[in-house]
Amino acid sequence: MEGGATGERPRERKVTPMEWRRKHVLGLADFSAEEIEFVIDTARSMEDVLTRDIKKVPALRGKTVVNLFFEASTRTRTSFEIAGKRLSADVVNFSSAVSSVAKGETLLDTAKNINAMMPSIIVMRHPASGAAQFLSRHVSCSIINAGDGSNEHPTQGLLDLYAVIKAKGKVKGLKISIIGDILHSRVVRSNLHSLGRMGADLWLCGPGTLVPREMGRSGATVTNDIREAVRDADVVMMLRIQLERQKTAYFPSLREYARNYGLNSEVFSLAKKDAVIMHPGPINRGVELSDTLADSSQSIILNQVESGVAIRMALLYLLAGGHNAAR
Amino acid sequence: MKKSGKKLILDTKGVDRVLSRLTHEILEKNKGAEEIVLVGICSGGVPLSRVIQGKIQSIEGVEVPAGYVDITLYRDDLSRAGYQPRLKRTEIPFSIDDKKVVLVDDVLFTGRTIRAAMDALIDFGRPKNIQLAVLIDRGHRELPIRADYVGRNVPTARAETVEVLVGEETEEWKVVLRESAPGKGK
Repeated sequence: MEGGATGERPRERKVTPMEWRRKHVLGLADFSAEEIEFVIDTARSMEDVLTRDIKKVPALRGKTVVNLFFEASTRTRTSFEIAGKRLSADVVNFSSAVSSVAKGETLLDTAKNINAMMPSIIVMRHPASGAAQFLSRHVSCSIINAGDGSNEHPTQGLLDLYAVIKAKGKVKGLKISIIGDILHSRVVRSNLHSLGRMGADLWLCGPGTLVPREMGRSGATVTNDIREAVRDADVVMMLRIQLERQKTAYFPSLREYARNYGLNSEVFSLAKKDAVIMHPGPINRGVELSDTLADSSQSIILNQVESGVAIRMALLYLLAGGHNAAR
Repeated sequence: MKKSGKKLILDTKGVDRVLSRLTHEILEKNKGAEEIVLVGICSGGVPLSRVIQGKIQSIEGVEVPAGYVDITLYRDDLSRAGYQPRLKRTEIPFSIDDKKVVLVDDVLFTGRTIRAAMDALIDFGRPKNIQLAVLIDRGHRELPIRADYVGRNVPTARAETVEVLVGEETEEWKVVLRESAPGKGK
């Protein structure tokens, strides 16, 4: 393959024993620490691009990325769209409300039709857990899971890790508490893999009805007391109460939930002096997070969003390698 | 070419002499160091540009800005490679607008790296001009590109490789011509 290659650059192999062999990014459950570091490393270089006047490089010229979203999303979809465009890919957005899905087409048929238009990558969000996995067995392009039910949201897991690294310089040994609706949260499941694998001391907290007992097996410490979770924490990550996923009542009222599990200045004062606040968005202000804290200097919520573009650029770049279809 | 299939082209002293000459040529052509900025191409050009920066400092007494550029995202063979190459960093912490940019690389071969580097530079600004300095020109160009400053012309066969080896700590250099690369050609 060296003939037409950019011949002067043979040293890459020596520097990097690691080669990216994935075709899909469906979840972080089977990501090794080495792979996670590789993505973070690539994201750092992508962030260089984002600081320039011309925030665009030709790496994915001629590739097509389809955003296939069966659930509402602003942050993730826009983030993927910007990430793709910054790499010069053509990005096509598809949302289920205005598509043939509304006419009764199945997920598989929709995906097969899109696959027939030969995109390089489909980015999919779907309300059913396992939807991305299912799709990856039936299409020839790469799949990136942008959230499947309450299963995983791998790009969020990676960008949260990246945001923590940027804020704290490390992850290992940090007390990171995730508070809120653990039961329905795909963000938690991906974060358990990303933050957990890099050696964070993870705490999960929420009302008993929203913290499944088997979460204790994940290696995280489980508690129902927000004060215990926040005490001496380095990072406090609040989760949104997902009213749309709750068919039964998991707590008596929003007001009671906010009183017991909302983060306000008084509770947050138990954390370390330099602790930071995270939230995957969208925020229910006044429910899980007070206005004051959401806008405070210790909130790195917008840094998370910024990190998201770099992480997604990294994954699009890594997946769009030439012989994808064959491997 | 000896039986071992390996030939030493330049040693540490040889590289140093060549770079001294290149530095003088750069300063002569530009009538001094004014408006010059150096940009090394990752990875091979980076240590070379540092040496040239040091030599300009000792000759002219000025420290010219030096940065480096990773051309991976500008390569024309990204979709041909089996795997995406690992990205390195780009660091040009100064404006290149209206500056004379001297691109520095170790080996000039097909010219495709230089094409990519020029595209990258133009995304950073509008330099007054771009010049190219290379330690070794081994021929086999695939694009209409030539260097302004050449350390050594080394006639090669396509299958041969030219390696520029830099010692990690010590200022040790070695330029070696090999019959064929162990694994990957250059």
